[in-house]
Amino acid sequence: MDDLMREFLTESAENLAMLDQTIVDLEQRPSPEALASIFRTMHTIKGTCGFLGLPRLEGVAHAAEDVLGRLRENQLPVTASVITAILRAVDRIKVILAGLESTETEPEGEDGDVTRPLQAFAASEAEARATAAAGKAAPARPVAEASAAPPPAAAVAAARRDVGAAPAAAPAEAGDPVTSAVANQTLRVSVDILDQLMNMVGELVLTRNQLLQLTKADEDSHYGEPVQQLNRVTSGLQEAVMKTRMQPIGNAWAKLPRLVRDLCQASGKQIELVMHGAETELDRQILQSIQDPLVHMVRNSADHGIEPPDVRRGAGKPPSGTITLNAYHEGGHIIIEIADDGAGINVARVRQRAIERGLVSAEAAAALPENRVLEFIFAPGFSTAAEITAVSGRGVGMDVVKTNIERIGGVVDVGSRAGRGTTIRVKIPLTLAIISALIVGNRDQAFAIPQIGIVELVRVAEENRQLIEEVHGSPVLRLRDHLLPLVRLDAVLGLPRSSESRDLIIVVAQVGEARFGLVVDEVFDTQEIVVKPIGRLVKDINLYAGTTILGDGRVIMILDAAAISSKAHAIAASTRESAGAPGAASGAGPATTGTDERMSLLLFRSGAEAVQAVPLSLVTRLEEIPVSKIEVAAGRYLVQYRGALLPLVPAGDGLSLAAVDPRPVIVFANGERAMGLVVDQILDIVESTVRIEAAGGRPGILGAAIVNGAATEVIDTYYYLQQAGDWVGRDGEDGAPQRLLLLEPSNFYRDLLAPKLRAAGYEVVAEATPEAALARFERGQKFDAVLADFDEGGARAMNLAITIREQFGIADAALLALARKVTPEDQRCALAAGFAACVPKADRDAVVAGIQSVLHFQEAGR
Amino acid sequence: MSEAKEARSGEFISFRVGGQLLGMPVQMVQEVLTAQRITRVPMAPPEVAGFLNLRGQIVTAVDLRARLDLPPRDDGRESLNVVARDQEELFSLLVDEVGDVIEVSADIFELPPPTLSERWRGVCEGVYRLKDELLVSINFPALLTLH
Repeated sequence: MDDLMREFLTESAENLAMLDQTIVDLEQRPSPEALASIFRTMHTIKGTCGFLGLPRLEGVAHAAEDVLGRLRENQLPVTASVITAILRAVDRIKVILAGLESTETEPEGEDGDVTRPLQAFAASEAEARATAAAGKAAPARPVAEASAAPPPAAAVAAARRDVGAAPAAAPAEAGDPVTSAVANQTLRVSVDILDQLMNMVGELVLTRNQLLQLTKADEDSHYGEPVQQLNRVTSGLQEAVMKTRMQPIGNAWAKLPRLVRDLCQASGKQIELVMHGAETELDRQILQSIQDPLVHMVRNSADHGIEPPDVRRGAGKPPSGTITLNAYHEGGHIIIEIADDGAGINVARVRQRAIERGLVSAEAAAALPENRVLEFIFAPGFSTAAEITAVSGRGVGMDVVKTNIERIGGVVDVGSRAGRGTTIRVKIPLTLAIISALIVGNRDQAFAIPQIGIVELVRVAEENRQLIEEVHGSPVLRLRDHLLPLVRLDAVLGLPRSSESRDLIIVVAQVGEARFGLVVDEVFDTQEIVVKPIGRLVKDINLYAGTTILGDGRVIMILDAAAISSKAHAIAASTRESAGAPGAASGAGPATTGTDERMSLLLFRSGAEAVQAVPLSLVTRLEEIPVSKIEVAAGRYLVQYRGALLPLVPAGDGLSLAAVDPRPVIVFANGERAMGLVVDQILDIVESTVRIEAAGGRPGILGAAIVNGAATEVIDTYYYLQQAGDWVGRDGEDGAPQRLLLLEPSNFYRDLLAPKLRAAGYEVVAEATPEAALARFERGQKFDAVLADFDEGGARAMNLAITIREQFGIADAALLALARKVTPEDQRCALAAGFAACVPKADRDAVVAGIQSVLHFQEAGR
Repeated sequence: MSEAKEARSGEFISFRVGGQLLGMPVQMVQEVLTAQRITRVPMAPPEVAGFLNLRGQIVTAVDLRARLDLPPRDDGRESLNVVARDQEELFSLLVDEVGDVIEVSADIFELPPPTLSERWRGVCEGVYRLKDELLVSINFPALLTLH
């Protein structure tokens, strides 16, 4: 039974139970209130039936409603016969509901016996007027007789008493229709009571924690056993009470498909609504507060965001647009993203409107960066819609959205890219909840960090301090081939610096797609804590998610990892994570333009060149090498480095080696091979959007990023690695390099993967479309392996796999599928289609490893 | 006038900070506590001493000396807590010592002297002329408005 039906049954059973009493009251003491209440109930049932497609029920409710309407208008007197007819309708409704509950379909039957008398009452207009004029004394005789006719009464009575010979009108023999099984499974409880329960459970949890601590301290305690039992019961109770307040966010989304469908019908657009994380649970109070904002935002996306099909086609996009809703937990918050792949917000237009409306002066507006300009859409009454549609564009909406969300302590952000779409991110704190938290210490003070945002803990022993390196003053830790930016808790909190002569503990936290390490002095334990709101005097500090009381009665602050990370400006989303993230670069743009990706960049300056950047994720290490250590051999620079020779390549021309001493060197490594890029100065780490240039850009340049308002070139480390590699020589490989065909529609991934594969020693041909790839085979070109994109429709990739295999004689084993995010389903499909494996394309090392094993396997097979 | 007179008469709880006698109507005060364990809140304004746990409820402790521009206490003794509620939130004023409940009347009330420093004037309702000394009536909500 679907939820809607279940809810309808529950609600109707409740309403009908009350109805009996009200109708009886009405008969005894006619009152407009009672009539209005009965009318409303009947009206609700009728309306819902129409929606759920229950014609029989609707018919009965409709007939009863008509009569009730006339009673309400005083066009019909309240008489016993009228009341009887209505009660009979109520009984019939119960019978049908009981049938619905047991069989999930409306029972067969005919309700003329119930509806005819009602219709007669409703239709007897002249009669009614006359009787109304004559007062209550004279009941409408003929009608009354009709309604009192024995057959219908018998039918209903038979059904109610569950007599064997139930007439066709009521085949739902199963039990007494008055008591509904579904209705008995749920109970409506006022939210106040739930809140009280929650508060009391919160106090109970704290008391339990205190008791646990006391008994733990006293090993001989007689209370150990019962306290343990109390502990278990409390945990169970807490969980159960929490559950009573939690609802999946899908409940708030249930209306949206219909909304989008109606908008499509009205506007002629094609929109697909995709929902992820519908099962994410949140407190019902919060759920209710975000329901309206959600509707506003989805409506906005559908109405303003998604373009009509012809416009989309013209822009090289599929005619059908997509609105994606995504909900997930993040570090003690719930994030809800509403993303569309529409036209994006016209920043110039917002800027202009903001000036027109006097929100900002023209000069100030010109200087504002795009993201600040976008914030104007939250101004009251702000709209850029050229024409106001029935749906939206009246400039109410986003300000209401923002107000509603901020009222519950949430934050709304908007991001938009022209032609690519808009993403609105709503972040709601979990202030009502009991959460699991890690208790950490810095100096003499303890803090709690919500477990949900913690990835792992890393201990760096005192003697391994050198593992922590610095990039222009920002500490980083090399953690499994990635640089983890570090934030010292004492620094963020403005506390005196902790002593250096001890082990460091790093709490690795996940914030969005980025990770960072929070350096703390000590980690105590994990505890269930009750999140208490933070006092208003310290609310603005924006580092804390709340406060809590520990088992020993101490108050401690709950740290907000996301706020700390943004405060420390330490979000170092490595290219790998941002590229692999859902929602990043969904769908490849037209082949002629580039692709945008957000990544963390290391900025440096060399020679006469302007500031350049390199993706931080590719940097292995930063060194300062005294010029005296640098050797020259065969016109190349070399340095003795960790027991091997490290080739040095100057970044840019005209770099005078001796000008800076010691010389900053950025070290890149690829497997066994490493090289150092010699620069003048290392400047900073920033996060920026990088525009990856289409193939044919300058060699060694991956793309450009706007950093501090200036275009900055992002260098391609693999180009330099290759330069160094050419000289170092290939790693013991002899013979012709193996040839790979890379089929990848996204420029970004092509440019990301091709150099890496070349650097790994393969000859790589990259193509964007299967047609172009097949054309190469047709021209007789030979390839040892094919790497094919699996995202752009698995079917296409499968067809290609089959064609290649059958027509051009490439073994199954030499086909590798590439996906942005590899799900088990992808794996299964890829293997079924004949691919040897499916690997995440953002993970370059995985791709190289994948192709190596594929080729190895193939060789072994020969 | 009589209304104001009534508001300015009644029982005041008196406490001392940096030698000055201060007071607020006794019905506003929930309770007085001895020294409590207070959790400092890094990055908080200097007037916020931290949080304390009062039977499971979180109380924001306000350092009255800091709030009134007085130097930190140097007699090595611990501060007492005067706990009061404002807008559904509990606050504690950290004071040097708590005195008697004093019956005051509007007859001995005066508006704050105009020469009072701006910070004091912002939180001072007025002054009562007691027999031996002056009692400054503080405006509790104003005290909680930090700048």
